Amino acid sequence: MRELSLNVMDVAQNSVRADASLISITVNESKEKDLLSIVIEDDGCGMTEEQVQNVTDPFFTTRTTRKVGLGIPLFKLACEQTGGSFSIESKVDCGTKTTANFVMSSVDMVPLGDINSTVSILIRCNPNTDFLFTHSTDIESFTLDTRQLKEILGGVPLDNPDVVVWIEEYLKEQTQIIYGGVIK
Amino acid sequence: MKSLAELQAIRDKAKAELNLRQENPDAIRVLVGMATCGIAAGARPVLNAFTEEIAKRGLQNVTITQTGCIGICQFEPVVEIEVPGEEKVTYVKMTPEKAVRIVNDHLVNKNVVTEYTIGANT
Repeated sequence: MRELSLNVMDVAQNSVRADASLISITVNESKEKDLLSIVIEDDGCGMTEEQVQNVTDPFFTTRTTRKVGLGIPLFKLACEQTGGSFSIESKVDCGTKTTANFVMSSVDMVPLGDINSTVSILIRCNPNTDFLFTHSTDIESFTLDTRQLKEILGGVPLDNPDVVVWIEEYLKEQTQIIYGGVIK
Repeated sequence: MKSLAELQAIRDKAKAELNLRQENPDAIRVLVGMATCGIAAGARPVLNAFTEEIAKRGLQNVTITQTGCIGICQFEPVVEIEVPGEEKVTYVKMTPEKAVRIVNDHLVNKNVVTEYTIGANT
C-alpha cells in the first residue's frame, strides 16, 4: 500500500463485511509526541479468540475465494516497521477494535495520504452504515458523524451528489484548519 | 465554510426536485473490487473517476458500490457492470482513463468496451 489511508479503507471494509452499524475511525497526529495513531472500531459481528490470534497471519483468511488474507498483515507491517505498535481486540457479537501506532519520524513511515478520500468513499458506498470520523492534530480536531448528517438530511441519501460534494468540501476545509492552514 | 445549515438547503432542494432515489430495480450497478488486492492495485482512483464522470453526465440510474475480492487478484483493479436484463460485464486492469471511457461508451451509449473486458485480457 502506498498510503496508510488505503490500509484504513481496507480494514474498514472488514468492518462493513462484519455487518457493523457504526464504524468509527479516529486519526490522531501528534508531532509533539512523534506519534500517529489510527483506531478503527466497529460494532460488527466480532471474532472468536482463535480468529483474533490468527488474524495477523497472512495465510489465515475466512474467505473462500482465495487462500491468503493480507489486509491486517500489511497494516501491521506498515506500523511495526516504524517502531510502532499494533493491536486488535475483538469479541463475538460486540465488535472489533484495531489500534495502530506509528512513529512519525521513522524513515520507514508510510505517509497517511488522502484519508478524506477514504472516508468519503466509505460513506457514499455504504449508505446503510454509519461512520464517525475524527481527525486531530496538536492544534485542533474535528469530527464528522453520519448519524448527525442523516438527522438533518431527513431521508435524502448520503450518496446524493450534492451531499457527496458537501462532505468532500467539509472534510477538506476542516483538514486545513487542523493543520493550521486557515484561521477560523 | 461548509455549515450544517447548508446541508439543510441541500435537503430542501433535493426534496423539491423529488430527487429521492428509491431502491430502483432498473438501476445499473457499477461494482468496484475493493479488497486488499484491489485497493493495492489502485481501485480508489478508479472509483473516484467513475463517481466524477457519472456526476458530470448527471446519470441518475447508476449506483456505484464497493465489492470484495472475487478471486482474480492478478487482474485488479476489477470493475463489474450489471445492467438489468443483460449479462454482467467484467472489466480488468482498470485505470481512471478507462473508467471515463466505460462511462461514456458502456453506460451512456450501451456499447461494451470489449478490449477492456476480462475476455480480451486472458
